[in-house]
Amino acid sequence: MPDCNDTLRELELFLDNELSESARQEIHGHLEGCPDCLQAFDFHAELRMVIAQKCRNDEMPAGLMAKIASCFGPDYGSDGAVEPVTDLADGPAVG
Amino acid sequence: MADRADFPDQAMQYAPQLYSAAMRLTRNSSDAEDLVQDTYLRAWRSFATFQEGTNLRAWLYRILTNSFINTYRAKQRRPDEAGMDNIEDLYLYKRVSSLDTALGNRSAEDTMFEMFTDDEVKKALEDLPENFRIPVLLADVEGFAYKEIAEMLDIPVGTVMSRLHRGRKGMHKLLYDYASERGLVSNAAAASSPAGAHSETTTDTDHA
Repeated sequence: MPDCNDTLRELELFLDNELSESARQEIHGHLEGCPDCLQAFDFHAELRMVIAQKCRNDEMPAGLMAKIASCFGPDYGSDGAVEPVTDLADGPAVG
Repeated sequence: MADRADFPDQAMQYAPQLYSAAMRLTRNSSDAEDLVQDTYLRAWRSFATFQEGTNLRAWLYRILTNSFINTYRAKQRRPDEAGMDNIEDLYLYKRVSSLDTALGNRSAEDTMFEMFTDDEVKKALEDLPENFRIPVLLADVEGFAYKEIAEMLDIPVGTVMSRLHRGRKGMHKLLYDYASERGLVSNAAAASSPAGAHSETTTDTDHA
């Protein structure tokens, strides 16, 4: 059974889901009986979530989807849609 | 072999998250926009080399990070890794948990999200030297596995792990510094030492 130091040393691997199943079970076993370590693990799990949420909420500039779409050639519309342009006002007369 | 006609439908959904990642890498919206557009252009051109059934999102992030490293890094080199070492383990935890204790043990659930502003968290990540910022971004924000990050950056898994370890500590310290500047640390909390829950791992001296 890992002690507190062993357990804290594995904190990152544990939260990264990179431990073997048996190592993971051992850490689980320690955490069940150790509120101090559990608190540290909970803190870092929560912190990880907060960091992820706050670092990926940027709003894309309005024209970016259209600029990306323009990379794919003329079939992909300047309105940013992935669909071919069907805007009758600009498009060639069909039918 | 992947059919290029399928590329827009499969790949466009990742544009918002790629843009956020590009913001963390380039730290300004104009370069981030260029980087994302460049990523899609490169991906579109080489989509035939993408192996169907493998992870398209990881493939796009690989192109994004390599494009950043090759193109944008040259003009904004920031190799300053001073201050990345000698940060104790559990740096932020020890300080924040003593803060919590001083303020009467608020529930972490409610407070962690409000404890740090969006800008502070972004800045803490963006201010890391690139060698650390990119792995931390890929692991902690984007959720990629060590092996995926190692492949994207063409470095050994052991290097990914050590950069993550040092990068996270660095980021947590920056986070604490920025929040402290704003006044997160009340007088009551500042008065109590950052004892932490685990005296046996405590090696710090109080220098908040």
